[in-house]
Amino acid sequence: MDVVIGQLFTGLSIGSILLLAALGLSLTFGQMGVINMAHGEFIMAGSYTAYVVQQIVSTGGASLFISLIVGFLVGGAMGVLLEVTLIQRMYHRPLDTLLVTFGVGLILQQLARDIFGAPAVNVVSPGWLSGGVDIFGAVVPKTRIFILVLAIVAVLALSMALKKTAMGRRIRAVVQNRDLAETSGISSRRTDISTFFLGSGLAGVAGVALTLIGSTSSTVGQSYLIDAFLVVVVGGLGQIKGAVIAAFALGILNSFIEYSTTASIAKVIVFVLIVIFLQARPQGLFAVKTRSLV
Amino acid sequence: MPAVSKRMSVKRVMVVPAALAALSLVATACGSKASDTTSADGGGGSATSCVDTSGDTIKVGSLNSLSGTMAISEVTVRDSIALAVEQINAAGGVNGKQIEIVAEDGASEPTVFAEKAEKLISSDCVAAVFGGWTSSSRKAMLPVFEDNDALLYYPVQYEGLEASKNIFYTGATTNQQIIPALDYLKEKGVKSLYLVGSDYVFPQTANREIKAYAAANGIEIKGEDYTPLGSTDFSTIVNKVRSADADAVFNTLNGDSNVAFFREYTNAGLKAADMPVISVSIAEEEVAGIGAANIEGQLTAWNYYQTVDTPENNKFVADYKAKYGADKPTSDPMEAAYTSVYLWKNTVEKADSFAVADIQAAADGVSFAAPEGEVVIDGDNHHISKTARIGEIRPDGLIYTVWESPEAIAPDPFLETYDWAADLN
Repeated sequence: MDVVIGQLFTGLSIGSILLLAALGLSLTFGQMGVINMAHGEFIMAGSYTAYVVQQIVSTGGASLFISLIVGFLVGGAMGVLLEVTLIQRMYHRPLDTLLVTFGVGLILQQLARDIFGAPAVNVVSPGWLSGGVDIFGAVVPKTRIFILVLAIVAVLALSMALKKTAMGRRIRAVVQNRDLAETSGISSRRTDISTFFLGSGLAGVAGVALTLIGSTSSTVGQSYLIDAFLVVVVGGLGQIKGAVIAAFALGILNSFIEYSTTASIAKVIVFVLIVIFLQARPQGLFAVKTRSLV
Repeated sequence: MPAVSKRMSVKRVMVVPAALAALSLVATACGSKASDTTSADGGGGSATSCVDTSGDTIKVGSLNSLSGTMAISEVTVRDSIALAVEQINAAGGVNGKQIEIVAEDGASEPTVFAEKAEKLISSDCVAAVFGGWTSSSRKAMLPVFEDNDALLYYPVQYEGLEASKNIFYTGATTNQQIIPALDYLKEKGVKSLYLVGSDYVFPQTANREIKAYAAANGIEIKGEDYTPLGSTDFSTIVNKVRSADADAVFNTLNGDSNVAFFREYTNAGLKAADMPVISVSIAEEEVAGIGAANIEGQLTAWNYYQTVDTPENNKFVADYKAKYGADKPTSDPMEAAYTSVYLWKNTVEKADSFAVADIQAAADGVSFAAPEGEVVIDGDNHHISKTARIGEIRPDGLIYTVWESPEAIAPDPFLETYDWAADLN
């Protein structure tokens, strides 16, 4: 029993990390069709932000919350910079965005190595997050509960932002039909920039959260990028609902398969299942209804 | 021919296909230099050396990953090679010649290591090359060094089961690191083990050896798990380890994965006092990244720690920090690389020659008072004797010796002195 609960929670926690990494992508890739390979480096920027904030503030709890905010702003700012300098020139050429952002990602990784050094740095988790909670005999680390809560908050905040704010309505309008939105007086330029700010900011938040469970090094983002793309594709492009379900489904699937086999085999099986799923439903769990021709 | 054991000849047979494959590369790079292939009876060394010994300087190669995923570890090795060379030059050089380093970047890619080794040997004409870290980089370089009959000094602990007359192995082989670690655990009453490792050649081979040892010594293996290199999610594995309830965990994870593993381990409430983890690839510089609090009290098995208290080591640590910064720790592979340069120097001086054949012939018994203690080259298998040390990681992030072998352990790369290892080769 405790094994089932333990693995269930492990799955939820893997899912919440996948979700944090994928939420921003679901905006920039799913909604705008930009294949941003530098998304992983925005995650990395969030991780290093947590490290820098900790060097300055140094008190565990406060620095974590400050990091979440600063990480969001840093990630967002980098996203805007990338959008304004490069991506806006190639909105109709998704493959070019892939190559260009891949290059940007490599440059950012090297930059991080030059600034922070090649070895991984340690971000100390606040004391109240150390240790675990006993849930029906399974010990669940508190850091993972925190990340789960953070993921839920991020999803709620993002869907509120998209549904209730004027900016959110503009984003959805531009995604559904860019030309019609423009004729209605919406500046698609400004909307693109704010979408990128939001999506990249979420990557920064994901990076801060990752410091609670792993190492902070120049390659931290890379290890999550592919999984994040999978979540977005399986969930259906541009669908936050789909991303949530896909992330948790993949997390739980992975944790149970891994428990009865090994990590490598679990990865293979999950990949095979995804391929089979996409054969049956190429559009993913949910498809966005748009009036545009592509 | 220098002293080469019978087993080495057998090894060479297996190396021939690889050497032939490397030949095409060699031929394009330097014309007819390697026109004679090595033969199965070990008659290598037909390539003519282009090492220039006429001037006041002698060139050596330093070949490490200065970029890519292994740069984290290997840059420190390059630095300690440079330190040794600087010291030797200040003291008058080797055989009256100043050493000049030609540094190359292996870029964490075995193929690049092979190419750069070829370049160092054939166009830079270095007298010896120092470097390599991963077993795959060594395996890729091995045919290049055998083909050109050149010398590589390889400074990292590895899985054993190899010996080439063109490589000097100055890191530990299995019987100088893993077996003492197992002996230590057995001594402490450990009856069952859980094996966690990265999914590649070193952990897989090491665990094969550990399982053979365990079978012969009545230790139960409760589980065995591998994760892809770079993997950072250990929640499931930690759950498995917890429910298996072994007496100790034997950790052969490499790189960043260690950070995630130890964080998860600590957060899941597993402590060194209840279920210790003994690691063979975590050195001082990795502890900072993991966070000392997450790994406090856990064990490591190496031959050298920064805290080893010998006059030679106190000088080595002080010199290293003076050159590279007071916050830079020293570690086992760095010490082995530093020692390599001195062993090469001492061998050259004993042979009174920079020629590969003379060095191979003179190598047996060459010693050096290394920071880890006196080391001696075994001319039969080109490994060196080393003191085994079990260390405990303390809150200051340094590793302190809790047990050490009474004397340096002679190398036994093929585990020939252990009955249980008979099926491993």
